[in-house]
Amino acid sequence: MRPFKYTEGKDETSAVRAVVVNRESKFLAGGTNLIDLMKEYVERPNELVDVSQLPLAQIKNTSNGISIGALAKNGATANHPLVRQNYPLLSMAILAGASGQLRNMATNGGNLMQRTRCQYFYDIAMPCNKREPGTGCGALEGINRIHAIFGWSDKCVATYPGDMANALYALDAVVRVKGANGQERTIPIQDFHRLPGNEPQKDNNLEHGELIIGIDLPKNNFANKSYYLKVRDRASYAFALVSVAAALETDGSNIRQARVVLGSVAHKPWRSGEAEKALVGKPATDATFNAAAEAALKEAKPLAHNGYKVELGKRAIVLALQRAMNGGAE
Amino acid sequence: MPKYIGKEMSRVDGVAKVTGKAKYAAEFKVPNLAYGFIVTSTIAKGAIKSLDTTEARRAPGVIDILTHENYPKPAPPASTELKPEINANVRDKSFRALASNQIFFNMQPIALVLAETFEQARYAARLVKATYTPEKQLTEIAGSLDKALVPNPERAAKPRGNPAETFKSAPVKIEAEYTIPIEHHNPMEPHGAIAFWEGEKLTIFDKTQGVYVVRRHLATSFNIPEVNVSVVSPFVGGAFGSSLRPNYYPALTAMAARVIKRPVKVVYTRTQMYTGHGYRSDTWQKISLGAERNGKLTALIHDSRNNSSTFEDWLENTTNYTRTIYACPNAHTSQQLVRTDLSTPAPVRAPGAVSGMFALECAMDELAYELKIDPLELRLINFTDVNPDTGKPYSSKALRECYRMGAEKFGWKDRKFEPRSMRDGRLLVGWGMATGVWGAFQQAASVRIALKSDGSAHVASATADIGPGTYTVMTLIAAEYLGLPAERVKFELGDTKFPRAPVQGGSFTTASVGSAIYESAQNIRRKLLEMANKDAASPFKEAKIEDVEMTDGKLQVKNDPSRFVNISELMRRNNLEELVDVHEAKPSPEREKYATGAHGAQFVEVKIDPDTRVVRVTRAIEVTACGRIMNPKTSHSQEIGGVVWGIGMALQEATEIDHRYGRIMNPNLQHYHVPVNADVLNVETIFVEEDDRIVNPLGIKGMGELSMVGIPAAIANAVFHATGKRVRNLPITPDKLL
Ligand SMILES: Cc1cc2nc3c(=O)[nH]c(=O)nc-3n(C[C@H](O)[C@H](O)[C@H](O)COP(=O)(O)OP(=O)(O)OC[C@H]3O[C@@H](n4cnc5c(N)ncnc54)[C@H](O)[C@@H]3O)c2cc1C
Ligand code: SF4
Repeated sequence: MRPFKYTEGKDETSAVRAVVVNRESKFLAGGTNLIDLMKEYVERPNELVDVSQLPLAQIKNTSNGISIGALAKNGATANHPLVRQNYPLLSMAILAGASGQLRNMATNGGNLMQRTRCQYFYDIAMPCNKREPGTGCGALEGINRIHAIFGWSDKCVATYPGDMANALYALDAVVRVKGANGQERTIPIQDFHRLPGNEPQKDNNLEHGELIIGIDLPKNNFANKSYYLKVRDRASYAFALVSVAAALETDGSNIRQARVVLGSVAHKPWRSGEAEKALVGKPATDATFNAAAEAALKEAKPLAHNGYKVELGKRAIVLALQRAMNGGAE
Repeated sequence: MPKYIGKEMSRVDGVAKVTGKAKYAAEFKVPNLAYGFIVTSTIAKGAIKSLDTTEARRAPGVIDILTHENYPKPAPPASTELKPEINANVRDKSFRALASNQIFFNMQPIALVLAETFEQARYAARLVKATYTPEKQLTEIAGSLDKALVPNPERAAKPRGNPAETFKSAPVKIEAEYTIPIEHHNPMEPHGAIAFWEGEKLTIFDKTQGVYVVRRHLATSFNIPEVNVSVVSPFVGGAFGSSLRPNYYPALTAMAARVIKRPVKVVYTRTQMYTGHGYRSDTWQKISLGAERNGKLTALIHDSRNNSSTFEDWLENTTNYTRTIYACPNAHTSQQLVRTDLSTPAPVRAPGAVSGMFALECAMDELAYELKIDPLELRLINFTDVNPDTGKPYSSKALRECYRMGAEKFGWKDRKFEPRSMRDGRLLVGWGMATGVWGAFQQAASVRIALKSDGSAHVASATADIGPGTYTVMTLIAAEYLGLPAERVKFELGDTKFPRAPVQGGSFTTASVGSAIYESAQNIRRKLLEMANKDAASPFKEAKIEDVEMTDGKLQVKNDPSRFVNISELMRRNNLEELVDVHEAKPSPEREKYATGAHGAQFVEVKIDPDTRVVRVTRAIEVTACGRIMNPKTSHSQEIGGVVWGIGMALQEATEIDHRYGRIMNPNLQHYHVPVNADVLNVETIFVEEDDRIVNPLGIKGMGELSMVGIPAAIANAVFHATGKRVRNLPITPDKLL
């Protein structure tokens, strides 16, 4: 670990300022991702500005839904009555991730910011454009079983590995951030993460020093027809091979609104407009779900070792939609 | 009636472990300690061109940096460590850190940074800059099977009967290839040591399965007498074979301590463990089975290839039990290795056996389907009561009973033969079974017993307790035969100040050290009897040693509690504070007349999601016949642990190498998966006890390794039964079943 300075964030403004003035500083929240990466020498900040004590942990009703503090813990968020009742999809997604201990440390802001689990990213002896731009992508022609099938570039084929964000994409979340100039701004969740393009070092569209302060969820009618399905190599404590956040609103037997978001298939949660188009206005039948699944994976571009994600993705979508229709029951 | 043997005893070291009082090697407090951090190579083969330590040396707290350029010349390695008596002429060619600029494997140590704190050493280690002259490496056996060689042709197995011909003409046959990737032990405790010198005397706290092995290694490394080296290793947080050999770090740590004249601590990071000790080798196996239509095996051919390093020849003993587990007149087995630019493999729990039996027991299942005979029935048809190679009868082999009991408990008779024929709701259900086998080994081991006049005893042997509960079982055996309450017996291990014992491996510790305690207790009894009989009023006149026992602090005539002396009083009368016996127990020659072994049967249920193809092992019943059970509590733990590992091997574990770089890409517990609690559902372990006093006086056979031997095959067979898909390449991850 590189020696670093530790600064306690006293309030939002001073915390933001502390990071803005130092290109090599970072916010510290739960530390469950950042500290690990520092030990591996992947992240090398020379200053940590600890925001974990800022009063940004509330979860409360708003005029149009709820607002969730950036520093609320993942565990507390998943178990909050407002979330459980109105956004069970979010609960399910969070609880599918990590472990109880980690969820009690991890914050919602940190979760959105978590970095990829690409093995080459973690090994500083290996080429990786995300870690060190210009060194090449180790995974492109290397071991890429857990990598992207959508939206990758030859500069980077990594996936965003998290679970919570997949639900947030389905729920049309809006991220509230405190800007470098002290102003607040909002970022619709689908504009939060980026595709790798030529700058895979940028995971998302946050500027250096911008602090996530909260996540807003608008009201919706998905609560009784949603499901988060996570397929993984072991029953717990593993990142998804493929995951699906599915949500439906029906009108009699027809689908009025639908959300299909695939996780661990791209550099960002992959909301499938094609699948949603195939669902809306159609009867909620297996045939419709199958058509949606086919549509969702049609443009997939698998790599050498992750071709299975195409078939698995289709099956996971159908299963998640069936369970969503079933009110979340298996 | 035994007081302790066969009864549940909780771990005597349990409280110390959960309260943190138990000290592991790297936890000892030593004043003036310096911390070493290992720098590793980023190429797999070639040579170091330059090593620049300038910046690292300037980093805060750095004391010194050892590299091949300044590393003092160690003594030339002597004979190989593990079995010096057998391999006296075989030079130890194990990897030595910083011996030259040559690179033999990726993540090979190239420098050791020494600093005042661990964090300073780790940071400075990042600042060491190396350049290389790389060469093209080979790091897998796939594609290089034709490069396989037989290292010791004179020791290679000879065919029994005429397997090739019989196979050709067999009415029913199957032939299949199976692969197992490299797997790592991943014990919880990382390997580490603290070393310091007092003149020419070296003390090292080390994580090891055998303190005497480390002593010998260090004595030869520094060319000093063995008695000058003290090795201390009271607690080990799992090792599973990774600490049978000394590994490279103890000598490195000791050398660093010598160079900077300070105590030094070196601990592997999790990542460094992946090349800092051995691993289960990359294995390819081909099994050819020929049979009559009635299921009788006529030919059995097992061809096995595994990877080794370029500097040592390691053969994975996969075919060890192939020739003996089934009655088959014609059999041939061969083992070959492919030299690769990786570190040398090592024994990993049930080495060879679990790999070989994965292939053989899957092949038996394939044959059962070819024959349309129930898989269990096929095993019974080919059951053998003698070792087919030697014709010797087994001293005991309750395997039939294991099959019977397992099948009954599991409900095997309700199994539908056809694949994909069983369901639970939408889930595919599969039932599979397999056979487990391991040796019933015993090795020479010594112990010292000091019986005290205050009614307590101190018992010591330089064995290890890497987790199975050795402290507990030895306390139990000593308490039993010294006739003392277990609380009054203190057993110590893991220190070269105690009498010599073999490494903890091969599942032979309880049989070896337990026998020594049993026999030594007998010596104590004899001495007490002689002492008592010096007294004119002795109640034991005429009594032979077999006629008396030690019980409740008394020496008494068996079956006649009225004739006794109080041992404490007897010792005090003789002005004896301590009665000491040092004894070595050896395997009895009687064993030679028999075949020996431990066996088991495993029955497994899997449920598989028909869509995602995620496999869950919902039920596992393991029935084991491994002699007499000393402590059922820790014994069941061993068996359950074996089943859990078997689940990992079948479904999850694989060390992944990027062969372009020859580098392990998942050397950590986030990318290398082992089972978590949620993967382990119902596991039931059952013992069928055997009363076998031929293997050793207490009738003990090993169990720790046996416990996992059949599990991967049973799971793979269950997966086939559920899906109709035969996966022959471990691990069986969901993508392979889509
Ligand atoms: C073993 C393990 C298993 C895991 N499994 C899963 C899983 O299955 N699914 C899953 O989704 N996740 C998983 N995780 C990831 C975990 O969810 C994240 O580590 C966690 O959410 C990060 O939150 P944190 O508060 O600890 O962030 P930190 O580690 O403190 O920070 C992470 C990053 O976010 C930045 N940051 C933090 N807060 C803010 C803020 N308010 N504004 C701007 N930037 C900020 C930091 O500067 C840093 O760059 C796992 C983690 C581990 C260690
Ligand atoms: S996929 Fe992205 S993160 Fe992985 S090696 Fe390539 S550039 Fe780095």
